[in-house]
Amino acid sequence: MVENRPFLSFVTHVTLIVGVGFLCFPVWMALVASSHGPEALSHSPIPLWFGDQMWQNYSDLLFGGMPQVGGVPVGRMMLNSLWMALGITIGKISVSILAAFAIVYFRFPFRMMFFWMIFVTLMLPVEVRILPTFDVVAKLGMLNTRQGLIIPLMASATATFLFRQFFMTIPDELVEAARIDGAGPLRFFWDILLPLSRTNIAALFIILFIFGWNQYLWPLLITADESQYTVVMGIQRMVNSGEQLPVWHYIMGTAILAMIPPILVVVAMQKLFVKGLVESEK
Amino acid sequence: MQKRVIFRSAWLPYLLLLPQIAVTLIFFFWPAYQALESSFFIEDAFGFSRDWVGLQNYAELFRDEGYIRSFRTTLVFGLSVAALSLSVALVLAVAANRVLHAATAYRTLLIWPYAVAPALAGVIWYFLMNPSLGIVAYWLKLMGYDWNHYVNGDQALLMVIVAAAWKQVSYNFLFFLAGLQSIPKSMLEAAAIDRAGPMRRFWSITFPLLTPTTFFLLVVNLVYAFFETFSLIHATTEGGPYDSTSILVFRVYNTGFVGQDYGSSAAQSVILMIMVVLMTFFQFRFVERKVNY
Repeated sequence: MVENRPFLSFVTHVTLIVGVGFLCFPVWMALVASSHGPEALSHSPIPLWFGDQMWQNYSDLLFGGMPQVGGVPVGRMMLNSLWMALGITIGKISVSILAAFAIVYFRFPFRMMFFWMIFVTLMLPVEVRILPTFDVVAKLGMLNTRQGLIIPLMASATATFLFRQFFMTIPDELVEAARIDGAGPLRFFWDILLPLSRTNIAALFIILFIFGWNQYLWPLLITADESQYTVVMGIQRMVNSGEQLPVWHYIMGTAILAMIPPILVVVAMQKLFVKGLVESEK
Repeated sequence: MQKRVIFRSAWLPYLLLLPQIAVTLIFFFWPAYQALESSFFIEDAFGFSRDWVGLQNYAELFRDEGYIRSFRTTLVFGLSVAALSLSVALVLAVAANRVLHAATAYRTLLIWPYAVAPALAGVIWYFLMNPSLGIVAYWLKLMGYDWNHYVNGDQALLMVIVAAAWKQVSYNFLFFLAGLQSIPKSMLEAAAIDRAGPMRRFWSITFPLLTPTTFFLLVVNLVYAFFETFSLIHATTEGGPYDSTSILVFRVYNTGFVGQDYGSSAAQSVILMIMVVLMTFFQFRFVERKVNY
Protein backbone atom coordinates (compact mmCIF):
# COMPACT_ATOMS: atom_id res chain seq x y z
CA MET A 1 0.00 0.00 0.00
CA VAL A 2 1.42 3.31 -1.09
CA GLU A 3 -0.55 5.63 1.14
CA ASN A 4 -3.16 5.42 3.85
CA ARG A 5 -6.69 5.95 2.58
CA PRO A 6 -9.22 4.62 5.06
CA PHE A 7 -12.18 4.88 2.69
CA LEU A 8 -10.36 2.99 -0.04
CA SER A 9 -9.39 0.29 2.45
CA PHE A 10 -13.02 -0.06 3.36
CA VAL A 11 -14.00 -0.43 -0.31
CA THR A 12 -11.22 -2.98 -0.75
CA HIS A 13 -12.54 -5.17 2.02
CA VAL A 14 -16.12 -4.88 0.81
CA THR A 15 -14.99 -5.89 -2.70
CA LEU A 16 -13.15 -8.91 -1.37
CA ILE A 17 -16.05 -9.99 0.80
CA VAL A 18 -18.48 -9.69 -2.12
CA GLY A 19 -16.05 -11.71 -4.24
CA VAL A 20 -15.72 -14.41 -1.62
CA GLY A 21 -19.50 -14.45 -1.33
CA PHE A 22 -19.92 -14.89 -5.08
CA LEU A 23 -17.48 -17.78 -5.13
CA CYS A 24 -18.75 -19.50 -1.98
CA PHE A 25 -22.49 -19.03 -2.40
CA PRO A 26 -23.11 -21.85 -4.95
CA VAL A 27 -21.22 -24.36 -2.86
CA TRP A 28 -22.97 -23.15 0.29
CA MET A 29 -26.31 -23.80 -1.37
CA ALA A 30 -25.14 -27.24 -2.48
CA LEU A 31 -24.04 -28.03 1.05
CA VAL A 32 -27.36 -26.84 2.49
CA ALA A 33 -29.37 -28.76 -0.08
CA SER A 34 -27.46 -31.92 0.73
CA SER A 35 -28.56 -31.68 4.36
CA HIS A 36 -32.30 -31.80 3.64
CA GLY A 37 -34.75 -34.52 2.81
CA PRO A 38 -36.77 -34.61 -0.42
CA GLU A 39 -39.74 -32.68 1.05
CA ALA A 40 -37.78 -29.52 1.78
CA LEU A 41 -36.51 -29.49 -1.80
CA SER A 42 -39.86 -30.10 -3.42
CA HIS A 43 -41.13 -26.53 -3.48
CA SER A 44 -39.65 -23.08 -3.93
CA PRO A 45 -38.08 -21.24 -2.13
CA ILE A 46 -35.69 -23.84 -0.85
CA PRO A 47 -34.17 -23.38 2.62
CA LEU A 48 -30.99 -21.35 3.05
CA TRP A 49 -29.98 -23.04 6.27
CA PHE A 50 -29.06 -26.63 7.11
CA GLY A 51 -31.58 -29.39 7.70
CA ASP A 52 -31.17 -32.43 9.90
CA GLN A 53 -30.67 -35.08 7.20
CA MET A 54 -26.99 -34.47 6.61
CA TRP A 55 -25.51 -37.67 8.09
CA GLN A 56 -28.35 -39.74 6.76
CA ASN A 57 -27.87 -38.42 3.21
CA TYR A 58 -24.12 -38.75 3.19
CA SER A 59 -24.08 -42.26 4.60
CA ASP A 60 -26.75 -43.24 2.04
CA LEU A 61 -24.55 -41.87 -0.70
CA LEU A 62 -21.21 -43.20 0.45
CA PHE A 63 -22.29 -46.72 1.27
CA GLY A 64 -25.78 -47.20 -0.12
CA GLY A 65 -25.72 -46.58 -3.82
CA MET A 66 -28.00 -44.82 -6.22
CA PRO A 67 -30.40 -46.57 -8.59
CA GLN A 68 -29.60 -44.08 -11.40
CA VAL A 69 -26.00 -45.26 -11.48
CA GLY A 70 -26.74 -48.95 -11.13
CA GLY A 71 -26.69 -48.95 -7.35
CA VAL A 72 -22.97 -48.22 -7.14
CA PRO A 73 -22.14 -46.35 -3.93
CA VAL A 74 -20.53 -42.94 -4.34
CA GLY A 75 -17.74 -44.16 -2.04
CA ARG A 76 -16.85 -46.73 -4.66
CA MET A 77 -16.85 -44.09 -7.40
CA MET A 78 -14.57 -41.89 -5.32
CA LEU A 79 -12.17 -44.77 -4.98
CA ASN A 80 -12.23 -45.21 -8.77
CA SER A 81 -11.55 -41.49 -9.16
CA LEU A 82 -8.65 -41.76 -6.76
CA TRP A 83 -7.04 -44.59 -8.71
CA MET A 84 -7.51 -42.76 -11.97
CA ALA A 85 -6.13 -39.49 -10.59
CA LEU A 86 -3.11 -41.17 -9.01
CA GLY A 87 -2.45 -43.24 -12.13
CA ILE A 88 -2.52 -40.20 -14.40
CA THR A 89 -0.42 -38.12 -12.01
CA ILE A 90 2.30 -40.65 -11.33
CA GLY A 91 2.35 -41.78 -14.97
CA LYS A 92 2.66 -38.25 -16.32
CA ILE A 93 5.38 -37.26 -13.89
CA SER A 94 7.53 -40.35 -14.49
CA VAL A 95 7.16 -40.28 -18.25
CA SER A 96 7.88 -36.58 -18.54
CA ILE A 97 10.81 -36.33 -16.12
CA LEU A 98 12.62 -39.03 -18.11
CA ALA A 99 11.87 -37.29 -21.39
CA ALA A 100 13.05 -33.94 -20.05
CA PHE A 101 16.25 -35.53 -18.75
CA ALA A 102 16.98 -36.98 -22.19
CA ILE A 103 16.28 -33.70 -23.98
CA VAL A 104 18.34 -31.51 -21.66
CA TYR A 105 21.32 -33.71 -20.85
CA PHE A 106 22.01 -35.52 -24.12
CA ARG A 107 22.78 -34.59 -27.71
CA PHE A 108 21.49 -37.08 -30.21
CA PRO A 109 20.06 -37.19 -33.74
CA PHE A 110 16.40 -36.08 -34.04
CA ARG A 111 16.51 -34.47 -30.60
CA MET A 112 14.68 -31.35 -31.83
CA MET A 113 12.20 -33.43 -33.79
CA PHE A 114 11.21 -35.27 -30.61
CA PHE A 115 11.03 -31.97 -28.79
CA TRP A 116 8.59 -30.55 -31.33
CA MET A 117 6.56 -33.74 -31.36
CA ILE A 118 5.97 -33.30 -27.65
CA PHE A 119 5.47 -29.56 -28.02
CA VAL A 120 2.49 -29.76 -30.38
CA THR A 121 0.53 -31.81 -27.85
CA LEU A 122 0.84 -28.97 -25.33
CA MET A 123 -2.64 -27.55 -25.45
CA LEU A 124 -4.57 -30.25 -27.27
CA PRO A 125 -7.24 -31.62 -24.96
CA VAL A 126 -8.63 -35.10 -25.55
CA GLU A 127 -12.12 -33.64 -26.16
CA VAL A 128 -11.01 -32.18 -29.48
CA ARG A 129 -9.92 -35.50 -31.00
CA ILE A 130 -12.28 -37.66 -29.03
CA LEU A 131 -13.68 -39.99 -31.67
CA PRO A 132 -10.41 -41.15 -33.28
CA THR A 133 -8.75 -41.53 -29.86
CA PHE A 134 -11.65 -43.68 -28.74
CA ASP A 135 -11.23 -45.68 -31.95
CA VAL A 136 -7.55 -46.28 -31.29
CA VAL A 137 -8.20 -47.41 -27.72
CA ALA A 138 -10.93 -49.75 -28.98
CA LYS A 139 -8.56 -51.21 -31.57
CA LEU A 140 -6.01 -51.86 -28.84
CA GLY A 141 -8.68 -53.69 -26.82
CA MET A 142 -8.33 -51.27 -23.93
CA LEU A 143 -11.98 -50.27 -23.54
CA ASN A 144 -13.37 -50.72 -20.03
CA THR A 145 -9.92 -51.24 -18.56
CA ARG A 146 -7.97 -49.15 -16.12
CA GLN A 147 -5.04 -48.88 -18.55
CA GLY A 148 -7.37 -47.55 -21.23
CA LEU A 149 -8.57 -44.95 -18.78
CA ILE A 150 -5.15 -43.78 -17.70
CA ILE A 151 -2.49 -44.24 -20.39
CA PRO A 152 -4.02 -42.08 -23.16
CA LEU A 153 -4.24 -39.14 -20.75
CA MET A 154 -0.52 -39.35 -20.03
CA ALA A 155 0.21 -37.76 -23.41
CA SER A 156 0.75 -34.16 -22.46
CA ALA A 157 3.64 -31.81 -22.69
CA THR A 158 3.12 -29.49 -19.73
CA ALA A 159 5.07 -31.58 -17.23
CA THR A 160 7.92 -32.19 -19.67
CA PHE A 161 8.27 -28.46 -20.18
CA LEU A 162 8.28 -27.68 -16.50
CA PHE A 163 11.05 -30.21 -15.86
CA ARG A 164 13.01 -29.02 -18.88
CA GLN A 165 12.77 -25.44 -17.63
CA PHE A 166 13.92 -26.49 -14.18
CA PHE A 167 16.81 -28.64 -15.41
CA MET A 168 18.11 -25.69 -17.43
CA THR A 169 18.59 -23.75 -14.18
CA ILE A 170 20.69 -26.46 -12.51
CA PRO A 171 24.36 -25.40 -12.61
CA ASP A 172 26.60 -27.34 -14.98
CA GLU A 173 29.19 -27.68 -12.20
CA LEU A 174 27.00 -30.33 -10.59
CA VAL A 175 27.23 -32.50 -13.70
CA GLU A 176 30.96 -31.91 -13.94
CA ALA A 177 31.48 -32.84 -10.31
CA ALA A 178 29.35 -35.96 -10.72
CA ARG A 179 31.30 -37.00 -13.79
CA ILE A 180 34.65 -36.46 -12.12
CA ASP A 181 33.44 -38.71 -9.34
CA GLY A 182 32.68 -41.32 -11.96
CA ALA A 183 28.88 -41.10 -11.92
CA GLY A 184 27.10 -42.17 -15.08
CA PRO A 185 23.94 -40.48 -16.38
CA LEU A 186 21.53 -42.74 -14.49
CA ARG A 187 23.44 -42.35 -11.25
CA PHE A 188 23.40 -38.57 -11.74
CA PHE A 189 19.66 -38.65 -12.44
CA TRP A 190 18.84 -40.76 -9.41
CA ASP A 191 21.20 -39.22 -6.83
CA ILE A 192 21.26 -35.56 -7.85
CA LEU A 193 18.56 -34.58 -10.31
CA LEU A 194 15.67 -36.38 -8.66
CA PRO A 195 16.31 -35.06 -5.11
CA LEU A 196 16.74 -31.54 -6.51
CA SER A 197 13.41 -31.81 -8.32
CA ARG A 198 11.46 -32.71 -5.20
CA THR A 199 9.66 -29.39 -4.87
CA ASN A 200 8.81 -29.29 -8.55
CA ILE A 201 7.49 -32.83 -8.44
CA ALA A 202 5.32 -32.02 -5.45
CA ALA A 203 3.94 -28.85 -7.06
CA LEU A 204 3.23 -30.68 -10.28
CA PHE A 205 1.63 -33.51 -8.36
CA ILE A 206 -1.06 -31.15 -7.06
CA ILE A 207 -1.90 -29.70 -10.47
CA LEU A 208 -1.98 -33.09 -12.17
CA PHE A 209 -3.95 -34.72 -9.38
CA ILE A 210 -6.69 -32.13 -9.85
CA PHE A 211 -6.53 -32.57 -13.61
CA GLY A 212 -6.84 -36.34 -13.22
CA TRP A 213 -9.58 -36.29 -10.62
CA ASN A 214 -11.69 -33.89 -12.71
CA GLN A 215 -11.60 -35.94 -15.93
CA TYR A 216 -15.06 -36.32 -17.38
CA LEU A 217 -15.46 -37.21 -21.04
CA TRP A 218 -12.78 -39.87 -21.18
CA PRO A 219 -14.10 -42.01 -18.29
CA LEU A 220 -17.61 -41.44 -19.67
CA LEU A 221 -16.63 -43.17 -22.90
CA ILE A 222 -14.16 -45.75 -21.64
CA THR A 223 -16.04 -47.18 -18.67
CA ALA A 224 -18.97 -49.36 -19.65
CA ASP A 225 -19.30 -51.09 -16.32
CA GLU A 226 -21.04 -49.02 -13.64
CA SER A 227 -18.70 -50.30 -10.94
CA GLN A 228 -15.89 -48.50 -12.83
CA TYR A 229 -17.60 -45.09 -12.84
CA THR A 230 -15.71 -42.13 -11.50
CA VAL A 231 -17.55 -39.65 -9.34
CA VAL A 232 -17.23 -36.54 -11.54
CA MET A 233 -18.80 -38.32 -14.52
CA GLY A 234 -21.17 -40.44 -12.43
CA ILE A 235 -23.04 -37.37 -11.24
CA GLN A 236 -24.18 -36.73 -14.79
CA ARG A 237 -26.23 -39.93 -14.71
CA MET A 238 -28.09 -38.63 -11.69
CA VAL A 239 -28.82 -35.22 -13.25
CA ASN A 240 -29.96 -36.42 -16.65
CA SER A 241 -31.82 -39.45 -15.41
CA GLY A 242 -34.37 -39.49 -18.20
CA GLU A 243 -37.97 -39.76 -17.08
CA GLN A 244 -37.39 -39.39 -13.36
CA LEU A 245 -37.03 -36.02 -11.68
CA PRO A 246 -33.50 -35.41 -10.41
CA VAL A 247 -33.04 -36.17 -6.70
CA TRP A 248 -31.38 -32.90 -5.80
CA HIS A 249 -30.34 -33.58 -2.22
CA TYR A 250 -28.39 -36.64 -3.34
CA ILE A 251 -26.99 -34.89 -6.40
CA MET A 252 -25.74 -31.98 -4.35
CA GLY A 253 -24.29 -34.38 -1.78
CA THR A 254 -22.43 -36.17 -4.55
CA ALA A 255 -21.18 -32.85 -5.91
CA ILE A 256 -19.83 -31.93 -2.48
CA LEU A 257 -18.17 -35.32 -2.05
CA ALA A 258 -16.66 -35.09 -5.53
CA MET A 259 -15.08 -31.69 -4.87
CA ILE A 260 -13.75 -32.34 -1.37
CA PRO A 261 -10.53 -34.23 -2.26
CA PRO A 262 -9.18 -31.76 -4.85
CA ILE A 263 -10.19 -28.74 -2.73
CA LEU A 264 -8.44 -30.24 0.30
CA VAL A 265 -5.29 -30.74 -1.74
CA VAL A 266 -5.35 -27.12 -2.95
CA VAL A 267 -6.05 -25.58 0.43
CA ALA A 268 -3.68 -27.80 2.43
CA MET A 269 -0.78 -27.30 0.04
CA GLN A 270 -1.52 -23.78 -1.04
CA LYS A 271 2.06 -22.58 -1.41
CA LEU A 272 3.11 -25.53 -3.54
CA PHE A 273 -0.08 -25.28 -5.54
CA VAL A 274 0.47 -21.64 -6.43
CA LYS A 275 4.08 -22.38 -7.37
CA GLY A 276 3.06 -25.34 -9.49
CA LEU A 277 0.31 -23.46 -11.26
CA VAL A 278 2.22 -20.29 -12.04
CA GLU A 279 5.33 -22.15 -13.18
CA SER A 280 3.76 -24.94 -15.16
CA GLU A 281 1.80 -22.51 -17.27
CA LYS A 282 4.49 -19.97 -18.02
CA MET B 1 19.36 -22.61 -24.48
CA GLN B 2 21.68 -25.58 -24.36
CA LYS B 3 23.66 -27.26 -21.64
CA ARG B 4 27.42 -26.99 -21.93
CA VAL B 5 28.09 -30.26 -20.15
CA ILE B 6 26.31 -33.33 -21.40
CA PHE B 7 26.35 -37.07 -21.15
CA ARG B 8 27.19 -39.28 -24.07
CA SER B 9 25.33 -42.41 -24.97
CA ALA B 10 24.15 -43.84 -28.26
CA TRP B 11 21.01 -45.49 -26.90
CA LEU B 12 20.12 -44.17 -23.45
CA PRO B 13 18.38 -40.93 -24.53
CA TYR B 14 16.12 -42.88 -26.89
CA LEU B 15 15.24 -45.28 -24.10
CA LEU B 16 14.41 -42.37 -21.79
CA LEU B 17 12.24 -40.74 -24.41
CA LEU B 18 10.53 -43.95 -25.41
CA PRO B 19 7.56 -43.87 -22.99
CA GLN B 20 6.59 -40.29 -23.76
CA ILE B 21 7.07 -40.64 -27.50
CA ALA B 22 5.18 -43.94 -27.56
CA VAL B 23 2.18 -42.48 -25.73
CA THR B 24 2.28 -39.38 -27.92
CA LEU B 25 2.48 -41.39 -31.12
CA ILE B 26 -0.21 -43.91 -30.24
CA PHE B 27 -2.72 -41.67 -28.52
CA PHE B 28 -2.03 -38.39 -30.25
CA PHE B 29 -0.51 -38.66 -33.70
CA TRP B 30 -2.33 -41.81 -34.71
CA PRO B 31 -5.78 -40.42 -33.76
CA ALA B 32 -4.92 -37.07 -35.33
CA TYR B 33 -3.96 -38.83 -38.55
CA GLN B 34 -7.12 -40.94 -38.41
CA ALA B 35 -9.24 -37.85 -37.96
CA LEU B 36 -7.57 -36.26 -40.96
CA GLU B 37 -8.00 -39.40 -43.04
CA SER B 38 -11.62 -40.11 -42.20
CA SER B 39 -12.55 -36.48 -42.75
CA PHE B 40 -12.10 -37.22 -46.47
CA PHE B 41 -14.47 -40.19 -46.45
CA ILE B 42 -18.13 -40.85 -45.94
CA GLU B 43 -18.69 -44.01 -43.94
CA ASP B 44 -21.91 -45.91 -43.48
CA ALA B 45 -23.15 -46.28 -39.92
CA PHE B 46 -21.86 -49.82 -39.50
CA GLY B 47 -18.38 -49.14 -40.85
CA PHE B 48 -18.66 -51.71 -43.65
CA SER B 49 -17.87 -49.40 -46.51
CA ARG B 50 -16.64 -45.93 -47.11
CA ASP B 51 -16.28 -43.65 -50.07
CA TRP B 52 -13.65 -41.09 -50.80
CA VAL B 53 -15.36 -37.73 -51.03
CA GLY B 54 -12.47 -35.28 -50.88
CA LEU B 55 -13.39 -32.07 -49.15
CA GLN B 56 -17.10 -32.70 -49.23
CA ASN B 57 -17.38 -33.17 -45.45
CA TYR B 58 -15.80 -29.77 -44.92
CA ALA B 59 -17.90 -28.12 -47.60
CA GLU B 60 -21.04 -29.52 -46.06
CA LEU B 61 -20.03 -28.27 -42.62
CA PHE B 62 -19.69 -24.73 -43.83
CA ARG B 63 -22.99 -24.97 -45.66
CA ASP B 64 -24.66 -26.32 -42.54
CA GLU B 65 -26.43 -23.51 -40.72
CA GLY B 66 -26.23 -25.42 -37.44
CA TYR B 67 -22.46 -25.58 -37.65
CA ILE B 68 -22.13 -21.89 -38.45
CA ARG B 69 -24.40 -21.17 -35.50
CA SER B 70 -22.17 -23.33 -33.30
CA PHE B 71 -19.22 -21.21 -34.37
CA ARG B 72 -21.07 -18.11 -33.32
CA THR B 73 -22.23 -19.69 -30.05
CA THR B 74 -18.67 -20.77 -29.26
CA LEU B 75 -17.36 -17.29 -29.93
CA VAL B 76 -20.02 -15.60 -27.80
CA PHE B 77 -19.53 -18.18 -25.07
CA GLY B 78 -15.73 -17.98 -25.09
CA LEU B 79 -15.50 -14.20 -25.18
CA SER B 80 -18.15 -13.78 -22.47
CA VAL B 81 -16.50 -16.33 -20.17
CA ALA B 82 -13.10 -14.70 -20.67
CA ALA B 83 -14.42 -11.14 -20.20
CA LEU B 84 -16.47 -12.00 -17.13
CA SER B 85 -13.91 -14.09 -15.30
CA LEU B 86 -10.97 -11.83 -16.22
CA SER B 87 -12.66 -8.66 -15.03
CA VAL B 88 -13.92 -10.16 -11.77
CA ALA B 89 -10.50 -11.70 -11.14
CA LEU B 90 -8.67 -8.44 -11.88
CA VAL B 91 -10.82 -6.46 -9.46
CA LEU B 92 -10.33 -9.08 -6.76
CA ALA B 93 -6.58 -9.32 -7.36
CA VAL B 94 -6.15 -5.54 -7.15
CA ALA B 95 -8.12 -5.57 -3.90
CA ALA B 96 -6.22 -8.55 -2.46
CA ASN B 97 -2.93 -6.91 -3.38
CA ARG B 98 -3.92 -3.88 -1.35
CA VAL B 99 -4.97 -5.45 1.96
CA LEU B 100 -2.47 -5.96 4.72
CA HIS B 101 -4.64 -7.82 7.18
CA ALA B 102 -6.10 -11.24 6.50
CA ALA B 103 -4.45 -11.38 3.08
CA THR B 104 -3.84 -15.13 3.33
CA ALA B 105 -7.37 -15.81 4.49
CA TYR B 106 -8.79 -13.92 1.52
CA ARG B 107 -6.49 -15.72 -0.85
CA THR B 108 -7.49 -19.13 0.49
CA LEU B 109 -11.17 -18.26 0.19
CA LEU B 110 -10.68 -17.09 -3.38
CA ILE B 111 -8.57 -19.85 -4.88
CA TRP B 112 -10.34 -23.08 -3.97
CA PRO B 113 -12.86 -23.06 -6.88
CA TYR B 114 -9.90 -23.85 -9.13
CA ALA B 115 -10.18 -27.43 -7.85
CA VAL B 116 -13.87 -27.78 -8.71
CA ALA B 117 -14.45 -29.77 -11.89
CA PRO B 118 -16.26 -27.83 -14.65
CA ALA B 119 -18.92 -30.54 -14.67
CA LEU B 120 -19.63 -29.96 -10.97
CA ALA B 121 -19.66 -26.19 -11.39
CA GLY B 122 -22.23 -26.70 -14.12
CA VAL B 123 -24.41 -29.04 -12.08
CA ILE B 124 -24.46 -26.69 -9.08
CA TRP B 125 -25.41 -23.63 -11.13
CA TYR B 126 -27.95 -25.77 -12.95
CA PHE B 127 -29.49 -26.45 -9.55
CA LEU B 128 -29.34 -22.79 -8.44
CA MET B 129 -31.08 -21.68 -11.61
CA ASN B 130 -33.58 -24.51 -11.89
CA PRO B 131 -36.81 -22.70 -12.87
CA SER B 132 -39.00 -24.49 -10.32
CA LEU B 133 -36.58 -24.95 -7.41
CA GLY B 134 -33.46 -22.87 -7.90
CA ILE B 135 -32.90 -20.08 -5.44
CA VAL B 136 -31.45 -17.71 -8.03
CA ALA B 137 -34.38 -18.34 -10.37
CA TYR B 138 -36.67 -17.64 -7.40
CA TRP B 139 -34.96 -14.33 -6.64
CA LEU B 140 -35.13 -13.37 -10.29
CA LYS B 141 -38.83 -14.09 -10.25
CA LEU B 142 -39.24 -11.84 -7.19
CA MET B 143 -37.60 -9.10 -9.20
CA GLY B 144 -40.12 -9.73 -11.94
CA TYR B 145 -37.80 -11.60 -14.29
CA ASP B 146 -39.04 -14.91 -15.60
CA TRP B 147 -36.24 -17.45 -15.74
CA ASN B 148 -36.54 -20.73 -17.59
CA HIS B 149 -33.45 -22.08 -19.30
CA TYR B 150 -35.33 -25.17 -20.43
CA VAL B 151 -37.14 -23.18 -23.08
CA ASN B 152 -35.16 -19.97 -23.40
CA GLY B 153 -31.91 -20.51 -25.31
CA ASP B 154 -30.33 -17.18 -24.38
CA GLN B 155 -30.89 -17.87 -20.70
CA ALA B 156 -29.40 -21.34 -21.06
CA LEU B 157 -26.33 -19.84 -22.70
CA LEU B 158 -26.09 -17.20 -19.96
CA MET B 159 -26.28 -19.93 -17.31
CA VAL B 160 -23.37 -21.94 -18.75
CA ILE B 161 -21.37 -18.72 -19.20
CA VAL B 162 -21.81 -17.83 -15.53
CA ALA B 163 -20.96 -21.36 -14.38
CA ALA B 164 -17.86 -21.56 -16.59
CA ALA B 165 -16.67 -18.08 -15.55
CA TRP B 166 -17.31 -18.79 -11.86
CA LYS B 167 -14.93 -21.72 -11.95
CA GLN B 168 -12.23 -19.79 -13.83
CA VAL B 169 -12.06 -16.71 -11.57
CA SER B 170 -9.63 -18.34 -9.12
CA TYR B 171 -7.16 -19.23 -11.81
CA ASN B 172 -7.12 -15.71 -13.25
CA PHE B 173 -6.99 -14.23 -9.77
CA LEU B 174 -3.77 -16.11 -8.95
CA PHE B 175 -2.04 -15.01 -12.13
CA PHE B 176 -3.15 -11.39 -11.80
CA LEU B 177 -1.99 -11.38 -8.18
CA ALA B 178 1.42 -12.76 -9.19
CA GLY B 179 1.57 -10.11 -11.93
CA LEU B 180 0.66 -7.30 -9.52
CA GLN B 181 3.26 -8.40 -7.00
CA SER B 182 6.00 -8.21 -9.59
CA ILE B 183 5.31 -4.53 -10.31
CA PRO B 184 8.04 -2.45 -8.64
CA LYS B 185 6.70 -0.52 -5.65
CA SER B 186 9.00 2.40 -6.39
CA MET B 187 7.09 3.27 -9.57
CA LEU B 188 3.81 3.51 -7.74
CA GLU B 189 5.40 5.51 -4.94
CA ALA B 190 6.97 7.92 -7.40
CA ALA B 191 3.57 8.44 -9.02
CA ALA B 192 1.98 8.97 -5.61
CA ILE B 193 4.55 11.64 -4.80
CA ASP B 194 3.60 13.32 -8.08
CA ARG B 195 0.07 13.36 -6.71
CA ALA B 196 -1.43 10.68 -8.95
CA GLY B 197 -4.45 9.17 -7.23
CA PRO B 198 -5.16 5.43 -6.96
CA MET B 199 -7.29 5.41 -10.14
CA ARG B 200 -4.72 7.30 -12.14
CA ARG B 201 -1.94 5.01 -10.86
CA PHE B 202 -3.94 1.94 -11.83
CA TRP B 203 -4.71 3.03 -15.37
CA SER B 204 -1.34 4.55 -16.24
CA ILE B 205 1.04 2.20 -14.42
CA THR B 206 -0.49 -1.01 -13.12
CA PHE B 207 -2.77 -1.88 -16.01
CA PRO B 208 -0.20 -1.38 -18.79
CA LEU B 209 2.37 -3.37 -16.84
CA LEU B 210 -0.11 -6.21 -16.53
CA THR B 211 -0.52 -6.48 -20.32
CA PRO B 212 1.62 -9.63 -20.71
CA THR B 213 -0.34 -11.39 -17.96
CA THR B 214 -3.65 -10.27 -19.45
CA PHE B 215 -2.76 -11.53 -22.94
CA PHE B 216 -1.54 -14.82 -21.58
CA LEU B 217 -4.72 -15.24 -19.53
CA LEU B 218 -6.92 -14.26 -22.46
CA VAL B 219 -5.56 -17.11 -24.56
CA VAL B 220 -5.73 -19.59 -21.68
CA ASN B 221 -9.31 -18.57 -20.91
CA LEU B 222 -10.36 -18.89 -24.53
CA VAL B 223 -8.80 -22.34 -24.73
CA TYR B 224 -10.58 -23.26 -21.51
CA ALA B 225 -13.95 -21.97 -22.70
CA PHE B 226 -13.65 -23.42 -26.20
CA PHE B 227 -12.48 -26.90 -25.30
CA GLU B 228 -12.52 -27.73 -21.61
CA THR B 229 -16.12 -26.80 -20.89
CA PHE B 230 -17.45 -29.80 -22.75
CA SER B 231 -18.26 -31.53 -19.46
CA LEU B 232 -20.07 -28.48 -18.12
CA ILE B 233 -22.42 -28.46 -21.09
CA HIS B 234 -22.80 -32.21 -21.34
CA ALA B 235 -23.73 -32.55 -17.67
CA THR B 236 -26.33 -29.76 -17.79
CA THR B 237 -28.02 -28.45 -20.93
CA GLU B 238 -26.69 -31.12 -23.33
CA GLY B 239 -26.42 -28.50 -26.01
CA GLY B 240 -30.03 -27.43 -25.78
CA PRO B 241 -32.55 -25.99 -25.86
CA TYR B 242 -32.68 -25.94 -29.66
CA ASP B 243 -28.91 -26.17 -30.03
CA SER B 244 -28.45 -22.85 -28.25
CA THR B 245 -25.58 -24.06 -26.03
CA SER B 246 -24.05 -26.45 -28.51
CA ILE B 247 -20.46 -25.21 -28.69
CA LEU B 248 -18.08 -26.69 -31.25
CA VAL B 249 -16.43 -29.24 -28.99
CA PHE B 250 -19.85 -30.49 -27.91
CA ARG B 251 -20.84 -30.79 -31.54
CA VAL B 252 -17.83 -32.97 -32.36
CA TYR B 253 -18.98 -35.41 -29.72
CA ASN B 254 -22.62 -35.21 -30.67
CA THR B 255 -22.02 -35.70 -34.38
CA GLY B 256 -19.70 -38.63 -33.76
CA PHE B 257 -21.21 -40.54 -30.88
CA VAL B 258 -24.87 -39.63 -31.04
CA GLY B 259 -25.32 -38.88 -34.73
CA GLN B 260 -22.78 -41.55 -35.81
CA ASP B 261 -21.57 -39.37 -38.66
CA TYR B 262 -17.85 -40.18 -38.48
CA GLY B 263 -16.73 -38.23 -41.52
CA SER B 264 -18.31 -35.02 -40.35
CA SER B 265 -17.14 -35.47 -36.77
CA ALA B 266 -13.59 -36.10 -38.01
CA ALA B 267 -13.70 -32.97 -40.16
CA GLN B 268 -14.84 -30.98 -37.11
CA SER B 269 -11.99 -32.48 -35.07
CA VAL B 270 -9.49 -31.39 -37.70
CA ILE B 271 -10.86 -27.84 -37.68
CA LEU B 272 -10.65 -27.71 -33.88
CA MET B 273 -7.12 -29.11 -33.83
CA ILE B 274 -6.02 -26.42 -36.26
CA MET B 275 -7.61 -23.83 -33.99
CA VAL B 276 -5.78 -25.16 -30.92
CA VAL B 277 -2.42 -25.29 -32.65
CA LEU B 278 -2.87 -21.72 -33.93
CA MET B 279 -3.74 -20.52 -30.44
CA THR B 280 -0.71 -22.33 -28.96
CA PHE B 281 1.63 -20.59 -31.38
CA PHE B 282 -0.06 -17.25 -30.89
CA GLN B 283 0.42 -17.61 -27.15
CA PHE B 284 4.07 -18.57 -27.45
CA ARG B 285 4.84 -15.58 -29.61
CA PHE B 286 3.40 -13.36 -26.93
CA VAL B 287 5.10 -15.09 -24.05
CA GLU B 288 8.41 -14.92 -25.88
CA ARG B 289 8.20 -11.27 -26.78
CA LYS B 290 6.78 -10.28 -23.39
CA VAL B 291 4.63 -7.35 -24.43
CA ASN B 292 6.05 -4.53 -22.37
CA TYR B 293 6.06 -0.79 -22.15
